[in-house]
Amino acid sequence: MPKLIKLIGDASGPNFGAEWAEDGFVHVGDDDALPEGDVILSLARFQAEGEILLSNSRRVGVRIEPDQEVEALAYDLPHLSVVALSFPKYRDGRAYTSARLLRERLGFTGEVRAVGDVLQEQAGFMVRCGFDAFEPNDGATPEAWTKAAHRFRHVYQRAADSRRVAFEERAV
Amino acid sequence: MYRYDAIDREFLTDRSNEFRHQVARRLAGELTEDQFKPLRLMNGLYLQLHAYMLRVAIPYGSLNSRQVRRLAWIGRTYDKGYGHFTTRQNLQFHWIKLKDVPDILDAMAEVDLHAIQTSGNCIRNVTADPYAGATAEEIDDPRVWSEILRQWSTLHPEFSFLPRKFKIAVTGALTDRAAVKTHDIGLFLRKGREGEIGFEVVVGGGQGRTPYIAQTIRSYLPSEHLLSYVEAILRVYNRHGRRDNIYKARIKILVAALGIEEFTRQVEEEWGKINAERADLPAAEQARIRAAFAQPNFETLPAVSEAFEAARAASPALQRFVRNNVKPHKVPGYTIVEVSLKAIGQTPGDATADQLDVVADLGERYSLDDIRVTHAQNLVLPHVKLDDLPAVHAALEAAGLATANIDLASDIIACPGLDYCALANARAIPIAQDIAKTFADPDRAEKIGELKIKISGCINACGHHHVAHIGILGVDKKGEEFYQLSLGGSGAEDASIGKILGPGLSAEKVAPAIDALVETYLHIRTGGERFLDTYRRVGLEPFKEAVYAQAD
Ligand code: HEM
Ligand code: SF4
Repeated sequence: MPKLIKLIGDASGPNFGAEWAEDGFVHVGDDDALPEGDVILSLARFQAEGEILLSNSRRVGVRIEPDQEVEALAYDLPHLSVVALSFPKYRDGRAYTSARLLRERLGFTGEVRAVGDVLQEQAGFMVRCGFDAFEPNDGATPEAWTKAAHRFRHVYQRAADSRRVAFEERAV
Repeated sequence: MYRYDAIDREFLTDRSNEFRHQVARRLAGELTEDQFKPLRLMNGLYLQLHAYMLRVAIPYGSLNSRQVRRLAWIGRTYDKGYGHFTTRQNLQFHWIKLKDVPDILDAMAEVDLHAIQTSGNCIRNVTADPYAGATAEEIDDPRVWSEILRQWSTLHPEFSFLPRKFKIAVTGALTDRAAVKTHDIGLFLRKGREGEIGFEVVVGGGQGRTPYIAQTIRSYLPSEHLLSYVEAILRVYNRHGRRDNIYKARIKILVAALGIEEFTRQVEEEWGKINAERADLPAAEQARIRAAFAQPNFETLPAVSEAFEAARAASPALQRFVRNNVKPHKVPGYTIVEVSLKAIGQTPGDATADQLDVVADLGERYSLDDIRVTHAQNLVLPHVKLDDLPAVHAALEAAGLATANIDLASDIIACPGLDYCALANARAIPIAQDIAKTFADPDRAEKIGELKIKISGCINACGHHHVAHIGILGVDKKGEEFYQLSLGGSGAEDASIGKILGPGLSAEKVAPAIDALVETYLHIRTGGERFLDTYRRVGLEPFKEAVYAQAD
């Protein structure tokens, strides 16, 4: 059962959209036995076991909780495939800052995935902050996600995406 | 005034289509009230004691006549014929039906009005000095910066789910008419050494159950870095503000917990990491927005108007109005006119649809189509010619809008309280009405002078009671409404938090207690002292004695 939505195309381009994606990663709890294949771990487990894991030929992702700082990953980012940012409640907006910092300050180009209380009403904000993969919590389909993400024809401020801002549209 | 362009308009259309869709899903039962609540709140729609309440954003309290007429029409068509102006320069309709809301939002969008970010844990409607562009005191026009902040904060992708709501106020004058120091971020325009423009930035002000006066985080910020600096403050707050307890979630609590030095250090460090070139507004856009607020074509007029002088000599009512409601304008021959929404016995801040139409007509005809809302819940016609003042006064008088009481005892700020608000402990409106009646004699009110009385129906402090010369807070004592008085607060440039006078009073004792406070002041004041000055000189004791000796 695929439940991962991924963006396709450029956020400001005509072929922007979203589709179901095969999720090759397994979320691994701190006390779970380590499975074969690609894994997403907590920050603590990654800090304890990451070095060995990264030397295996598997892909590794780290899950960051809102009270953890993404800067902790700064040196490991080139080796990470996924950073999963957690929304314990949709109201907890810290992951938006984490996503922007990953993209704009730390230069992370891998997958930034929204996990937890992930709702289509927030799709627009998430996409603008640099999320490109989503585990929706509300049964949203890629079609609904695409629509929600692009409900507004204009945006007023720069963020982590490449959309043209109102003042750039005005300047032409 | 800023005029929406095609981009701003399409944005509002998209917003209102989105909400129409959400309301349809709610009415069809596809969304539960729980699921719908965050969606409606994002559009300023609250569920109150009796009905839905719609809060309309009035960016920096500035309206044109078309917008005011449209608000009047909405009040008439969808509410009970009136609207309520709030201390955040917004307007609330208290009797709204859910099914009508999409149509109301469309009707508002047609005149560039909306309800975006009037609730929720986001950056709320930015407020500013209601005399902007009209007062000679001004270093720069705060509307320019408020509009820049309005656009930047609109559906901000990073800062729409903050720990708690976030309020910003801007003033360009030394006299603070926007309660700037009670805001999460306050911006005072300042001149730099070479005459360039910047801001003194203050943070961590707030009211509610733990009131704080904002503290200076930067005494001078070059104006072109406004957005990057505000972004730095908001990012530190978004990351580190408390989310475990809504009563401790405002930025004021973070600032107090860290101390202003440490908070400043964190913000400056974050600011140093921001790519200012991307974060700050390009100069061309700043110039475009500034041009929208270019000084209108004022006529060259003599500083003295004969027509006005003649009318004034003949009318004691006009004299009184001029003494209290008319303020100096920066251009000779013009004045700023305050329209009081505090007629004795009325609900503070309420305006009927007919009154709104009158104000719209006067604004269009006599005030360069410019109308303002003040945080004290009054309206302003900012550009009235002295020559026209008699006509404006007469028209206001005919509409019941010429009460000459600005900043006097009956110019009371009051929240909706238990008459409308689901969170209230006690009624606020009837208390305000009682007090206003006590000071209805205009000669006595003028003799008392500036006196800011403010009432909140609960500790959330929507009525600004903490920063009142005399504050009144409704509390619930075993199911009975009681009122706690406090003295010595101010929301102006000399901002301070009031001190509690003593045990709470029952409703019928409040107005007599205020009367006793005022009589005490009249006896002991010296020179030109305002009530606040006297209190600051002598302290609580004489006032305490007056109230509690009199109470029983
Ligand atoms: C009737 C519905 C209303 C509700 C449910 C409501 C709710 C609240 C709550 C819960 C707070 C406290 C927030 C906090 O401390 O974090 C608050 C603060 C405030 N509200 Fe209201 N309010 C209402 C109406 C109004 C009105 C009519 C006004 C203006 C007259 C207003 C202006 C304010 C202001 C100025 C504050 C203080 C902000 C601060 O703490 O800095 N509210 N409101
Ligand atoms: S102060 Fe309390 S009673 Fe008054 S409007 Fe705010 S929440 Fe309601």
